[in-house]
Amino acid sequence: MTLPAPTQLLVSFAPLLRANGFAAAPDQTIGFVEATGLLGPTGIDDIRRAARALFAIPPDRFGNFDALFNAHFLGAALPQAMPGDDEEVAAYEPTGETTEMPDTPDDGDPGEEATATERLAHRPVIDSPEQALTRLRRLAPSQLPRRRSRRLKQDRTGRLPDLRRTLRDAARRDGEILTLPKRRRQTRQRRIVLLIDISGSMKDRSDSALALAHTLAQAADRLEVFTLGTRLTRITPALRQRNRTRALDRAAALIADIDGGTRIGEALTAFLAVPRYAGFARGAAVVVLSDGLERGEPNTLVAATQRLSRLAWRLDWLSPLATDGTPETQAIQAIAPMLDHLGDGATTEAISDHLLAMADAA
Amino acid sequence: MPISPTIAGISSPDALQKALTTAQYLASPDLATAAYLALALGKPLLLEGAPGVGKTEAAKALGAVLARQVIRLQCYEGIDAAASLYEWNYPRQMLAIRQAGDQFINIYADDYLMARPLLESLRDPQGTLLLIDEVDRSDHEFEAFLLEFLSDFTISIPETGTVRARTHPVVVLTSNRTRDLHEALRRRCVYHWIDYPSPELEARIVMTRASSVAQATADAVVASVNLIRAEPLTKPPGVAETVEWAEAATLLNGQGAPWPDAFRRAIGTALKDQDDITYMAPRLDEILPGEAA
Repeated sequence: MTLPAPTQLLVSFAPLLRANGFAAAPDQTIGFVEATGLLGPTGIDDIRRAARALFAIPPDRFGNFDALFNAHFLGAALPQAMPGDDEEVAAYEPTGETTEMPDTPDDGDPGEEATATERLAHRPVIDSPEQALTRLRRLAPSQLPRRRSRRLKQDRTGRLPDLRRTLRDAARRDGEILTLPKRRRQTRQRRIVLLIDISGSMKDRSDSALALAHTLAQAADRLEVFTLGTRLTRITPALRQRNRTRALDRAAALIADIDGGTRIGEALTAFLAVPRYAGFARGAAVVVLSDGLERGEPNTLVAATQRLSRLAWRLDWLSPLATDGTPETQAIQAIAPMLDHLGDGATTEAISDHLLAMADAA
Repeated sequence: MPISPTIAGISSPDALQKALTTAQYLASPDLATAAYLALALGKPLLLEGAPGVGKTEAAKALGAVLARQVIRLQCYEGIDAAASLYEWNYPRQMLAIRQAGDQFINIYADDYLMARPLLESLRDPQGTLLLIDEVDRSDHEFEAFLLEFLSDFTISIPETGTVRARTHPVVVLTSNRTRDLHEALRRRCVYHWIDYPSPELEARIVMTRASSVAQATADAVVASVNLIRAEPLTKPPGVAETVEWAEAATLLNGQGAPWPDAFRRAIGTALKDQDDITYMAPRLDEILPGEAA
């Protein structure tokens, strides 16, 4: 069966969307064609509105979508390299200043800034990352912090009577109530928000931190992962992929600022400035993996940490420099009072041990 | 579901926009188009947007336009079938069993059934508009359950049978986007993202909603609200806040407070976070609407 040419043009828009990482289901295409017919269409804007509404395009991908739309219906040139992610690239740039890190001509590697402490971080440590990751994967479902949900389930020792069950039993026995079935509130895993510093000073740690994030993403119910550098990137969608190599490849494609400079204060402010991201932190266990070598203004970091700690259920800072729990850098000294825990983030083992122990520490 | 291009006398997005204006809701052309398509295609309308941009108001206005009763289901975490579909009135059933003695009694008669919002809307699909509010607050279990309801519009009650809607009811879902809704749910809906309105539209909204406010005040308030929204705040003021601020300042002004001061004293209606107020305090003078006489 061949479609009339105008319909064909509408229908062929769906494969283009799919090829560029939008989820366009067949019934959405049908809806789009019907909707365009309903509207007239009296102009190109009608078709655009119909497409946006029926393909359910989220607002943060309008730019992407409009480029495709113009290319398909108006014959405009397609911009190079459309990111092909299913979910969304979240590279939030709060102000013009933070997007580009004015790389001050620095003496050598950014990691060398705190020379005295760096030797500490480089001392030989017995790290068995694979073992630690396997252990994390196995224990995470049962050991991660949980909170009480509003959902009820049957439980013999519960406190709330299960009226429905009581009645069913009673109806069977001419209205005699012999037992009183009970229900209690369930628990569910608390959301974990992992903020990973991927700046140059954390170069040695960022790969294993991302591997850890991937393992956690596979094992935990609710997890959000962001990377902090000169900008903020949400990599949660990439980590949903089961295969670690592929997941990390996808994450790497999202991260534009790896091994760059650090403006952790501003990155945290950017995180809090997006209401949706700030919502992720509400009531969550927020874990920051960073050495706290802050090059931006310390006041920004302090203000952001203050807000984050008020928002979160607990805020933990794991730094490769703080192996003995004492604040090493100025920035960390300034924020230490607001943290629930300042600990060792030098090895995968240490980090995963901390994650598993969070529930008890609370 | 058959397509019906004319619903309650509305045959185009423009007509719907006009009708919404009569119902005191000023919709953007995009919103009117999405809402019209949802009605014509018989699909649920999913509205997303920041808090206070008028998602719930849009649903209520739509209910007024269609002359339907709005049935609202407020979602929360742990919401389940008993709170959204139906619940038997257990104490009454128990009493009925006791009183009946040896006689036969049907404890699953309609008398004992308490209809919750979803069942209520199914029983009268022509006369009601179902508003499923803040669906992002519910959990995944409920979302999955909603999926089933929204595709078939049937509810089966094991004790009595299946309730089926003869026609699809009008359904509006709203979400604050605190989490991503499942693709499957979005797919079944006509989607619209409600953004902050343009300054001109927002000024008209203020004039429509707050009858006491003068045109100059409305313009000034909208201008400064837009300046405030450009700042990185915890809670940027929504449209509802703009209206309240204009109303509150007008009230204070009527009691003798001079203009810029009236706005300053009423700032609590626009900024609702101590950090935000502290942040804005040094620059409030330049941002406050001054010459709104």
